[in-house]
Amino acid sequence: MAKEDAPPRWDRRMQQRLTHGEAAALGECYDRFASLVHGLAHRVLGDEEAADGITREVFAHVWQNPEAYDPKQGPLRSWVAMLTHRLAVQRLRATETAALARDARGTPEELEHKVRHASVTARADYIVTSMPAPLRAALERAYFQRRDYRQTATDLGITEDEARRRLRLGLQLLSTAYDTDPSEPDAAPDEPGAA
Amino acid sequence: MLEHRVLKSLLGAWALAACSAEETAAVEVHLGGCGPCADEARRLREAVGLLQRPESLDLDPALRTRVLESCLDRRPPRVPLPDWAAPYDAEAARLDAPLLQDIGDAEWHAPVRLRWFDGRRPASRRTTVAGVIAHLLAVDGLVAVALGLDDPLAGRAAGSATPRGRTEAYWRDSHFPPTRSVRVPWREQSHQLVRTVSFTGGAGKLSVPYGGFELPLHDAMLDRAFECWVHAEDIAGAVDYPYEPPAPRHLNRMIDLAARLLPAVLAARRRAGLASPARARHLVPAGKPGRSLRLEIEGSGGGEWLIALDAPALSASLEWGDPHGAVASAEGEVAHVALDGAEFCRLAAGHVPPEEAAAGQLGDREAIRDVLFAAASLSRM
Repeated sequence: MAKEDAPPRWDRRMQQRLTHGEAAALGECYDRFASLVHGLAHRVLGDEEAADGITREVFAHVWQNPEAYDPKQGPLRSWVAMLTHRLAVQRLRATETAALARDARGTPEELEHKVRHASVTARADYIVTSMPAPLRAALERAYFQRRDYRQTATDLGITEDEARRRLRLGLQLLSTAYDTDPSEPDAAPDEPGAA
Repeated sequence: MLEHRVLKSLLGAWALAACSAEETAAVEVHLGGCGPCADEARRLREAVGLLQRPESLDLDPALRTRVLESCLDRRPPRVPLPDWAAPYDAEAARLDAPLLQDIGDAEWHAPVRLRWFDGRRPASRRTTVAGVIAHLLAVDGLVAVALGLDDPLAGRAAGSATPRGRTEAYWRDSHFPPTRSVRVPWREQSHQLVRTVSFTGGAGKLSVPYGGFELPLHDAMLDRAFECWVHAEDIAGAVDYPYEPPAPRHLNRMIDLAARLLPAVLAARRRAGLASPARARHLVPAGKPGRSLRLEIEGSGGGEWLIALDAPALSASLEWGDPHGAVASAEGEVAHVALDGAEFCRLAAGHVPPEEAAAGQLGDREAIRDVLFAAASLSRM
């Protein structure tokens, strides 16, 4: 599972080091975010090679434009996730549009639907990995391990009230994955914890 | 009849089918009559459809190299990574992820047997996966201390300054056996090392004391890269995980370090009566060509090295390329050994006894035996 969001101090420091042109900082940045970036890109594009390509583009962008990150807007992790999401959705739209023109199969509406679905799915992934660990743990018990909320409460050593609260709150957060205007599928994803 | 407040609190559990049958029925009756709850219920049900098992795709370590290189091509770094630090950077990165990242809590306590060749015979020491990382943390700490960084052993009982002494001190002084919590300090230190040598790297005179001998900083970083890989294989073996050899150009530098260290190790073994006497002591003036052995390493990352057989022992220091020793030369070649790269590394790691190393041999048998034993003696805990 993904790590907790980095403390802002680490984010600012990393930005300074990248701006300064420290190759070691780029390596550390990769070590921290590569699996997030590759995972999101893969969720959108469903293809290993395409995800590799997006990973290359995202880190190139971070390395070439570190000043574009604004620590006041949220953690570096969210910024990197947003970049990934935008580039991956762009790539998906471009390849699907080319396929549509080439094969004349499907409709522009189906294309939009597919792009939007991929986009929401990837955003949901990011929300799950970024939500507070207690919420994620409750969802994992209830959904993947098929525990009811009473068993979930016992497993996690919390009250039944609290178990119900966490399951509801976790799903509420997750449902915000749908909250983007469909006319702007390239818009930035919501950034839980980025407030 | 449950009240609205309670029914609302059940919506998440209901959407996940995690309520009792009675509660489920009560919620569904309530939804028929309560608009806001029905809206929320629909949204939460939809959200459940978004829950997916995280894809456990392990990133190819080669992708890291490709991505970083493509970045550095587009914007050359002001503070580059020294090329002798690249193998350590890459080995630490791939040990951390995917290998350590995928190791479950229990597997951190899986038994691992550290093996090496103590100069005369194979030796070993039992530890765990977490114990191996503690070992890497403690020994990498030698480089950290030489660079003026914090000693991971600070505040612990002082032991000897050798790799083994430091490791034993770390293990002994921990109140509990090492756990997965050792991963973060090890990784932070490895990042610190890479970062610090990027800034200080050019100041070539820095050397790293290993307690008994010293290595120049750039060789110490190659040594740590080699150890990182060898122990990553120990761990991979313990948890049944596939692990590849390093990138060929990194492997080549590690083998090159071993080849450069061989003459001094050979001389030290000779002084200890563990190798046959030098033949050229009175015949070859210092700095002139002496007897040599051609070491041929096959496979990617391999190459050929001439090993001087009659270099003098160097006091307590494994410095290489000493101008006072007999120089290896092709004219003086008395033997030729050919090994596969992986086999040579197993030998130099002390994982294969020198008598059993699968080596093609031609020429002076005694010289070959001495060099194979010297190679195994490069290993330590």
